Amino acid sequence: MAKMTLEDLRTLRESKKGELDKRDTEGKDIHIIIGMGTCGIAAGAKDSLDAFLDEIEKHKIDNVTVKQTGCMGLCYVEPTVEVKVPGMPDTIYGNVDAKTARDIVSEHIVNGKLVDKHIFDRPAKDIVKE
Amino acid sequence: MAVKNYILVCGGTACESSKATEIFNSLKEEAEAQGVIDDVQIVKTGCFGFCEKGPIVKILPEEAFYVEVVPEDAKEIISESIVKGRMVERLLYVDDTQEQKDEFDVEDIKFYQKQVRIVLRNCGFIDPEKIDEYIAREGYAALEKVLFDMKPDDVINELKESGLRGRGGAGFPTWMKWNFTKGADNDQKYIVCNADEGDPGAYMDRSTLEGDPHSVLEAMAIAGYAVGADTGVIYIRAEYPLAIERLEIAIKQARDYGLLGKDILGSGFDFDFEIRLGAGAFVCGEETALLRSIEGNRGMPTPKPPFPAVEGLWGKPTVINNVETWANIPMIILKGGEWFRGIGTERSSGTKVFALTGKINNSGLVEVPMGTTLREIVYDIGGGIKDDKAFKAVQTGGPSGGVLTKDFLDTPIDFDQLTAVGSMMGSGGMIVMDEDDCIVDVAKFYQEFCVEESCGKCAPCRIGTRKLYDILNKISKGKGTHQDLENMKTIGTAMKKAALCGLGQTAPNPILSSLKFFEDEYLEHVDDKICKAGKCKDLVRFEIDADKCIGCTVCARKCPVGCISGERKHPHVIDQDQCVKCGECYAACKFGAITKS
Repeated sequence: MAKMTLEDLRTLRESKKGELDKRDTEGKDIHIIIGMGTCGIAAGAKDSLDAFLDEIEKHKIDNVTVKQTGCMGLCYVEPTVEVKVPGMPDTIYGNVDAKTARDIVSEHIVNGKLVDKHIFDRPAKDIVKE
Repeated sequence: MAVKNYILVCGGTACESSKATEIFNSLKEEAEAQGVIDDVQIVKTGCFGFCEKGPIVKILPEEAFYVEVVPEDAKEIISESIVKGRMVERLLYVDDTQEQKDEFDVEDIKFYQKQVRIVLRNCGFIDPEKIDEYIAREGYAALEKVLFDMKPDDVINELKESGLRGRGGAGFPTWMKWNFTKGADNDQKYIVCNADEGDPGAYMDRSTLEGDPHSVLEAMAIAGYAVGADTGVIYIRAEYPLAIERLEIAIKQARDYGLLGKDILGSGFDFDFEIRLGAGAFVCGEETALLRSIEGNRGMPTPKPPFPAVEGLWGKPTVINNVETWANIPMIILKGGEWFRGIGTERSSGTKVFALTGKINNSGLVEVPMGTTLREIVYDIGGGIKDDKAFKAVQTGGPSGGVLTKDFLDTPIDFDQLTAVGSMMGSGGMIVMDEDDCIVDVAKFYQEFCVEESCGKCAPCRIGTRKLYDILNKISKGKGTHQDLENMKTIGTAMKKAALCGLGQTAPNPILSSLKFFEDEYLEHVDDKICKAGKCKDLVRFEIDADKCIGCTVCARKCPVGCISGERKHPHVIDQDQCVKCGECYAACKFGAITKS
């Protein structure tokens, strides 16, 4: 690479910052947890995951961590995703395809509105800790 | 596909020596084999600090903190953590106080809770071989700020405001050094980094350079701008190959980006580096000896004044600071001196990195605010003494420092407090001793080190260290007298006053401070000819209690010199003439039949 100017350095810093911020979990209070058991993956959870990452990037939201977990037990509505936003009820969504994933980011996370038709209840309250 | 997981593999020397590179490679291979190579970014970072449990692998964003990982674990880590998003339970770090493995956060590990990471801000987080990652973490923003928004005097004032004191040991205010050099009238000036870390058991500087080399480069360039120097020299010991390699990579990358070299970022300011390798002499950590060594001469100190700030490398004004001091500077420039002053104590601002070693549960690299108490470091961060033994003392400052007894456990640690109690901050080695350590033996170890490392130029050090060592040797053999103890005090005091450099001036510290706090133990060696810890071999005697011995023959089989004899089911006897006092029999006996006196 050729020698940088001040502008180049600043641009580079900005462009790389997002990438490294993803590693920093501190201060991130919104969690998106994607069920990535065999059932979830078979139902397309990887595409949903990509959609989540992409949409978050698009909206430039920096306080979200996207994690994966095992099967949540709702195999009939895979892919399933749990969304935790402070001040809102923890929500489990089912049938989350890529489009729904994008809706969840723009509605639930950005606008604070639940994406109604995809909400499912926990399979068994007693075994899942609140 | 976007990256969803990050795997951070510790690449510090401690983890590297326990196969971190192999782990790194296996992880890559496995990720490839299991088809998830595009989903993860595997990064080799600098030291996480938690060396006791290394090698360490951390998975983000799940924050899975895996300890004592071996290359064979790679397959499971990838298949569980990455493919299935589950934790590999057996590799997770478990604190004794931690009840459950699941609800777990790295910040909950006690080892990290009390730490404040300024110097080590990027260690264990970025890939030290990628300048982009450093830049993304506000790297080179401080250099940018000084070049375009600050005058040299502003930089020095900011440092003055911060109260930063040299982390190499003596604690001299950093801004004053810079100001002297800035004020010196000369067309050529130098900036030197002292990376000749020599205290036994200390590895703060090595880890900083391995984990975040750019922070030191950036700071030195800032100093160059402030004092009017265009050349930086890093003096590093050749025994630190990984640190050297990463420094070389860092320098090359910064040059390619135009962050070093001519006309940096179009500001008109030039700055470049050379690396000089030291042969690993302790005395070369002393600044004048270090400069002589860079010049190609034998590493021996020269009298001060003239101070290097005015007449340093090649006779030119030179700013010389150690690695840890440098690593603080970009943060001070970015966040301001006032911010830095808010951390730590009144006269010692900021944090200090310690290499915590010895008889401690969590040995490792810790960074705490100045003013943290020894108790917090030893018990909260360090997890207490190994095997629940009793705390005896802590040695700070290596061969130049002294011991701190349990009476000082609640003393806040900063430059002045440590000096007041007869020890010193030193560069940050902290060795914890328990009841099994003999104070005479420890003092002897350090004195032997000083004898070896004395450059021999001045008589107080050359002869003094040898004499002190001889006396300690005599005491450890049970032949010491009260006069010997007095003589050690006299010789030690004379050395403190008369030796040419810091090495000789501080070499008697371990003896003088241990004489002060553990005089009883010295007297036991002298008067009663006993060593309760059993370290001074000539004073230990192992015997078999015939009433307790059931003749199981375990001791006889363990004895490496075969000096224990006896018939099966009959009491055994130790042949004292042949016994080498290794203590194997004592440790092996299940019936408490062997006595140590």
